[in-house]
Amino acid sequence: MATQHSRFAARLMVAPSVVLLFLWMIVPLVTTLYFSFINYNLLNPMQTGWAGFSNYFYFVTDQAFVQALWNTIAIVVGVLLITVVGGILLALLMDMPFWGQGIVRVFVIAPFFVMPTVSALVWKNMFMNPVNGMFAHIAKGLGLQPYDFLSQSPLLSIIVIVAWQWLPFATLILLTSLQSLDSEQQEAAEMDGASWLSRFIYLTVPHLTRAITVVILIQTIFLLSVFAEIFVTTNGGPGTASTTITYLVYVQSLLNYDVGGGSAGGIVAVILANIVAFFVMRMIGKNLDA
Amino acid sequence: MARKVTNTRKAVVTVIAWGIGLLIFFPILWTILMSFHAEGDAIKNPLEMLMSPWSFASYAEVQTRSNYSLHFFNSVVISVGSTILALIIAIPAAWAMAFVPGRRTKDLLMWMLSTKMMPAVGVLIPMYLGFKNIGLLDTRTGLVAVMTLINLPIVVWMLYTYFKEIPGEILEAARMDGASLRSEILYVLTPMAVPGIASTMLLNVILAWNEAFWTLQLTTHDAAPLTQFIASYSSPEGLFYAKLSAASTMAIAPILILGWFSQKQLVRGLTFGAVK
Repeated sequence: MATQHSRFAARLMVAPSVVLLFLWMIVPLVTTLYFSFINYNLLNPMQTGWAGFSNYFYFVTDQAFVQALWNTIAIVVGVLLITVVGGILLALLMDMPFWGQGIVRVFVIAPFFVMPTVSALVWKNMFMNPVNGMFAHIAKGLGLQPYDFLSQSPLLSIIVIVAWQWLPFATLILLTSLQSLDSEQQEAAEMDGASWLSRFIYLTVPHLTRAITVVILIQTIFLLSVFAEIFVTTNGGPGTASTTITYLVYVQSLLNYDVGGGSAGGIVAVILANIVAFFVMRMIGKNLDA
Repeated sequence: MARKVTNTRKAVVTVIAWGIGLLIFFPILWTILMSFHAEGDAIKNPLEMLMSPWSFASYAEVQTRSNYSLHFFNSVVISVGSTILALIIAIPAAWAMAFVPGRRTKDLLMWMLSTKMMPAVGVLIPMYLGFKNIGLLDTRTGLVAVMTLINLPIVVWMLYTYFKEIPGEILEAARMDGASLRSEILYVLTPMAVPGIASTMLLNVILAWNEAFWTLQLTTHDAAPLTQFIASYSSPEGLFYAKLSAASTMAIAPILILGWFSQKQLVRGLTFGAVK
């Protein structure tokens, strides 16, 4: 039904979005790529010129890089484990009939709407602070020594904070998926004498697989660039104990003024994210015509 | 046909669900409770704090000590402004892709999505230096521009999935009844598109309000939204619990309320239609 005329109009309507996104993606990315191959340090303006791969070499062989890579993986895997397992359990619970379902759902979803700087600071000061935090008060009440979470196990503390923020997301998506489960199929299986466990394994889990994949992929994209939580709690420390790739690039470029080195780090981060993005895109693309 | 559930079982599930729900909500609840107590009482042990008299002093203090209303205003301008701008750019695009799909439409949508996958640090340096050179650092204009571009792919996608659901036959029916193009758009399409546009707007205001990478990098004070304002409590002011609680409560309250209305859109918008 589309005429030549309407096709042209359609192209015109799509053009602004495409042009803007293209510029937004390409211009800064190419600039970063360019910076990553030159000597560019704001503290040392004399040093200029082509750097080849030395920025990359410098960034990747930096001891902090190995630690940051490991920390990034630990945060992604740790948070995914907590949120996916916790999310499945919570979604199953929320799907059962009980009084006050609406209110409890609101409680469970709420952390997702708290801005990252607020949740990080609330956890840092009101809960994990070794002197006046809630956990310290509880430890003292039980006659134990208060534990300084953020300096003793900074990475684990950050994982807990970030997991708290993302648990609602996983729960909400898994719950949505659970609600589209065919109840007649469940009943039929029950009548045929299938136990709760085998119904769960053979009906519920296969139905949820798709939603679980979506949760894992989308969260990974966001978790790779966790920043604010580290920025306001540990500043990447003590030392580099809680520095991630994202945070390392920030330190390198905006705190150490090494634009070249920071840019090389940025490109490394882009490559890492692209590996994940490849799978996300395939997943969503497959669903597009379905 | 729903299965019969015994009341005992329902009661047990109710207790467990409320327990876990309150546990997850507890940090937020505690922050709100703490904000209504005096500074000296806030650092006492939890039971003593609850028993201490209620006070609104912390709220007044936040207002006078720091320019809270400026940062609130910045947050509103940045989140609402960037959302409206993104909608203006995205509505025609989503419209065209939903109603006049071409061979390339699917690829185009996927490409737009891929821009969202790019980590922000990959473009941080050119953006920072560029903003510095043209004087856009710490300005609302600069932030609105960045936020618009960040959320544009999600806005296009969400609108596309909503527009896609408007049946094409209804247009034909309207045309058969002799509706002009103008009245077709005004009386047939617009009423059907408004709910989708509203949900898209809601979700994007929430996302922009809570965005905490670019807002932390590109603002310091004048254009700083609430994310940056709260981050400034990191130390040593963060040790003033009651004040921190009051500031936090004010920063999250508007979005917490909006968020409760947006559960469904959240799933749709953040999974790009992959889970319904």
